[in-house]
Amino acid sequence: MADIRIDSGSFEELAMPLFAQMYNFAHWLTQDASEAEDLVQETCMKALKGFDSFRQGSNFRAWIYRILRNTFLTSRTGLKTAALSLDDEESGLPEPVASGTPESILMADVDYLKIQDALEALSVQFREVILLSDLEEMSYQEIAETLAIPVGTVMSRLSRARKAMREALTDAKVRSASR
Amino acid sequence: MICDDVRNRLSAYVDSELAASDLADLEAHLHECSGCAADALRRMKMKHMIRGAAARYSPTPEFRIRMERSIRAKKKPSWSSSWLPRLAMAAIAAMLLIASVAVWETRSDRDRALAELTDMHVATLASANPVDVVSTDRHTVKPWFAGKIPFSFNLPELQNSEFSLAGGRVSYLHHSPGAQLLFNLRKHELSVFIFQEQSGGIPFSAADIASTKLAFHMETWSEGGLRYFVIGDAPASDVHALSELMKRAARA
Repeated sequence: MADIRIDSGSFEELAMPLFAQMYNFAHWLTQDASEAEDLVQETCMKALKGFDSFRQGSNFRAWIYRILRNTFLTSRTGLKTAALSLDDEESGLPEPVASGTPESILMADVDYLKIQDALEALSVQFREVILLSDLEEMSYQEIAETLAIPVGTVMSRLSRARKAMREALTDAKVRSASR
Repeated sequence: MICDDVRNRLSAYVDSELAASDLADLEAHLHECSGCAADALRRMKMKHMIRGAAARYSPTPEFRIRMERSIRAKKKPSWSSSWLPRLAMAAIAAMLLIASVAVWETRSDRDRALAELTDMHVATLASANPVDVVSTDRHTVKPWFAGKIPFSFNLPELQNSEFSLAGGRVSYLHHSPGAQLLFNLRKHELSVFIFQEQSGGIPFSAADIASTKLAFHMETWSEGGLRYFVIGDAPASDVHALSELMKRAARA
């Protein structure tokens, strides 16, 4: 029988290096410091309890992020946001880009604050996929494991999320220009 | 390659997810088409800026410590047979903590640090898992701390003494990580704490200090940039004996 002390030790060694980024991700999901702490705490306790089911050698980060996200989705805040589900089913293919119309946002005008505002304004589904790709630098395969969706859906959701992000930033530019 | 086709692949391109076979064609097109090249550049810049903007929230040190303790507290006790029942120990710890609050009304900074260490020692004894590395072998315990604390220390040879090493754990004083070592002596348990000496951190002079609070005896000294504390309910002479062993090991 496996020694639980050793398992707990290795759990701590795997989980604690991800602690700060899990908290950051949890804060982006919950939009609240105290809820983010509760979410990370609950995630770690669930993960520790289910650590036996984690296959050594498989992707621990995708595994614990999936627990974090599922825990969030069943929380009070998560249930509220789940009601605002994606408006249409994803095709599994990237969003086609209209011919000859490069979205010419002048990135020089975009600062961190505007990006943070735009991220906050996104739906949770869009926000999380952008964070997993751009901040956590997960591969499409890792994102697919984390969100429990096919890789094709990751690509199309990411594409749609980025489009929504560009639109939010364009709107912000228009608003600030018209002031 | 036509521009529509390229633009549909730019997301995968900036995410480093494009198959090698597609990569060369796409990059060749980017060299020729300024519109697509500008689009690719914009997407890369956006990705880069999101990475910077999204790294926004940091957990507090207190939450980190709480989390580490929660994880460790979930570990299965393996020492229960050799320790007093947990409830009894918790009750004793609670009484000592209450007493410590009542007796030490006029605490200086130094007294507060001493009280914190006493509390940590008592809490360790009351814990189901007093130590994280369980070993009587100093050659096992010392290397266990490598990478967990920002310094190294020596442990004494105990073969010809009454003391025996029980194990160790990482401990925190004023948010600084340090080593806590647990020793057994007859029926007594003693903790040795080792922290980095920091200017303005731990409020002690370089001089050695011996003190007695409640039934606990403590000695503290500074050596080689490290601050040592020996604390336990053993007689003061035993606390001193362990202190001398630690000092000799540090100078070895």
